[in-house]
Amino acid sequence: MKNILYILIWFPVLIFSQEKISGMIMEANNNQHLGLPGANVYWLGTTVGTTTDIDGKFTLSYKNEYEKLIISYVGFKTDTLTISDPSKMVHHLLKTTSELNEVTLTSRKQATAKSYLQAQNTFTVTSDELLKAACCNLAESFETNPSIDVNFADAVTGTKQIKMLGLNSPYILIATENIPSIRGASQAFGLTFIPGTWVESIQITKGAGSVVNGYESIAGQINAELVKPLTDNKLFVNLYGASSERLELNTHLNTKVSDKWHTGLYLHGNTHNGEHDVNDDGFLDMPKFNQINIMNRWQYIDTEKGFVSFINLKFLNDEKQTGQLNFNPKTDKLTTNAWGSEILTKRYEISTKFGYVNPEVPWQKIGVQAAFSNHKQESYFGLNQYNITQNSLYTNAIYNTIISDSRHKIKTGLDFTYDHYDEFLDVPNLASDYERTERSVGSFFEYNFDNLNNLNLTAGIRADTHNLLGTFVTPRFHMRYTPWEKSAIRASFGRGKRSANIFAENQNMFASSRTINILNTTGNIYGLDPEIAWNYGLSYLQGFNLFNRKADITLDYYKTDFKNKIVVDYENPQEVNFYNLDGVSYANSFQIELNYNVFEHFDLRTAYKYYDIKTQYNSGKLSNPLIPKHRFFANAAYETPIKNNGHWKFDTTFNWLGEQRFSSTLANPSTYQLSEKTPTVTTLNAQVTKVFSEKFEVYLGGENITNVRQDNPILDAKNPFGSNFDTTFVYGPIFGSMYYAGLRFKIN
Amino acid sequence: MKKLLLVTLVLITTVTFAQDKNAKATMEVDGVCLMCKSRIEKACFKTKGVKSAIWDVKTHELKLIYDERKTNVETIQKSVLEAGHDIKKLKIKATDEAYAKLHDCCKYRDIEVREAH
Repeated sequence: MKNILYILIWFPVLIFSQEKISGMIMEANNNQHLGLPGANVYWLGTTVGTTTDIDGKFTLSYKNEYEKLIISYVGFKTDTLTISDPSKMVHHLLKTTSELNEVTLTSRKQATAKSYLQAQNTFTVTSDELLKAACCNLAESFETNPSIDVNFADAVTGTKQIKMLGLNSPYILIATENIPSIRGASQAFGLTFIPGTWVESIQITKGAGSVVNGYESIAGQINAELVKPLTDNKLFVNLYGASSERLELNTHLNTKVSDKWHTGLYLHGNTHNGEHDVNDDGFLDMPKFNQINIMNRWQYIDTEKGFVSFINLKFLNDEKQTGQLNFNPKTDKLTTNAWGSEILTKRYEISTKFGYVNPEVPWQKIGVQAAFSNHKQESYFGLNQYNITQNSLYTNAIYNTIISDSRHKIKTGLDFTYDHYDEFLDVPNLASDYERTERSVGSFFEYNFDNLNNLNLTAGIRADTHNLLGTFVTPRFHMRYTPWEKSAIRASFGRGKRSANIFAENQNMFASSRTINILNTTGNIYGLDPEIAWNYGLSYLQGFNLFNRKADITLDYYKTDFKNKIVVDYENPQEVNFYNLDGVSYANSFQIELNYNVFEHFDLRTAYKYYDIKTQYNSGKLSNPLIPKHRFFANAAYETPIKNNGHWKFDTTFNWLGEQRFSSTLANPSTYQLSEKTPTVTTLNAQVTKVFSEKFEVYLGGENITNVRQDNPILDAKNPFGSNFDTTFVYGPIFGSMYYAGLRFKIN
Repeated sequence: MKKLLLVTLVLITTVTFAQDKNAKATMEVDGVCLMCKSRIEKACFKTKGVKSAIWDVKTHELKLIYDERKTNVETIQKSVLEAGHDIKKLKIKATDEAYAKLHDCCKYRDIEVREAH
């Protein structure tokens, strides 16, 4: 009897629990997931429904015949959930429609987005833009972007270097997910160690940048956000083949481990074993190479409690071989049988990130990052040997909050950096071992004010104590003012300081017969002092309508003024000299950029750049070598409207480079003297993509279609062990035109 | 005495509860564009104690976080109305004078303006 009573008592409860379903609907908004109040929740084919409360929570009655729960909200993608077990709480993330329809929206929204609102002169390169140049790594992905100049690959390493504001990549802080990553030993080739398909988007900031990421940036900051296990395709395959016999394979695999854990495995391999010598100088036009690059990411997300975390593991093995056609590394390495070079790089990296957003007060955020890397390069260039090992540790903690209200935001935190460099050289005239340890502890504070209308400013300051650079303060300031509609005037200034890794950053000098000299002895870094520069910038963006079509124009003026610079002096053709700046060194850059949506689905981008970059060399004040004074850029992109899920995409990029100064060769015998300036260079790239469906697309493209070539990139190539051999005079393409094709396959 | 204590305790807890320094509220506010967004959010910040005000152009939803010890929803709503924006489910609308001050592109009560956005 008693038992029956119990059953009777329990019965209604059971029925009750059968009758209701409850849960929470959240907004999938970047990394922070907030409850979505007012969302509609109803059973498919019924009038039974409700809306979520302030916290995004809901309770809804349930019957056995109900199966599909519909969740909808204006501005969000409508989702249908199949409910098999009503006793389980439903937690669902609703994605905004703009995220979902990214592909279809791009025809109206440009692939590169300029902000009218931010204080910093930052623009975002989306993954769509990255697809415009199908290849292949981070360095090459800037080719369709006028703010970053991509140099032609040099004769030995085949690596493309980038420049910003006329300054080369050591003056740019390059980070992956806000962890400074391409620095020190990886400076020269690091951009080729990040495969293009791993990149989700890139943020490019001109000028000093934020203090949060350190004191090193001078010309600007580039941050690459990588694809994330939660949002990337479940399976992605990209296969690429080029007429130069280069092959690449990218595979992404992403899986859900549990409700909170997602993991992704990313594999990249590229290989090039063709031997090309179109200019008949006896040297390979591009190195043979093999690269294996693996990344494993773990993503943890707990929306209710506001925790986000990433763990990344990376491994890279890269081998390059170049030199004379008859060079065989097994028999000819470090001999004068034939001139050759090999560069072998191994890199291990582990990084973790942890973020907490207070679900109650979304402006309170804490972020902690830590990254460790081991980078080892072993290389030789003819008879010169160069090895470097760098062990690096970076940790950073940031706290975000507001003062009084969300118009006044502050970021503050601490960071610690440790770098140990061990370099071995077998080069005439230089010592064989260079070893140093750099340690720095810093704290930063950044204040952002946004009046929600026409003014937004960021003022930051950081103080660092560094064992070799000393104790110093780094101020940075950015502001944006909007005087009238669709406009933004930006101004910025800031200081940067860094230690120059003179060997790692100038490795192509080893592939020459030049003697290398370091002329100072009193400084802490190779006898040299730290580099210090101030950067000042002014920018004006104006959007307007031209024949009823959207257009915008940007005028940028930036000035970098070096207080000290490690001058890399090539002005004597027999020597490379490194010394502290004595006098002035500045980089002035002016850029005018016009973007125009000529007609529907057709976007045109043009830019003209003027550089005035001069340095006081021992032989006088001169323009820095191999930088064109004038440069013109144009990119046109057209997409056909989508039919049956498929469409065509056309993209072409035109580059014109004015004359560039050769460093002086007057001391050479007259046969090995070069003219004072290079000829102008014009290149044209084009790509066609056929999208068959959301799953499958193929692309076909050409680089340097007009087959422009620099005929004699190597000086005295016939006599590589003689005193005039030099590979450092590359100003244009060496290989000529190249065609490629590839495919992308993805399952979401 | 015991009862009194209990009542006082209950009252105190209720009062503390009501005095949330990060109180949240949402409401639907009429508007059409980014200019409206800026105007609505600025109107909220006129009231001391408002910590966060985010208005969504698409959903028209205004999310507020404010310090209940310093202000209340009514005061914030009043300044939104004064800025010329109607609040759904509220019987009083923005005055015609306030509405008239809006930029032409923001005249959200006009069907044509709405459709243009």
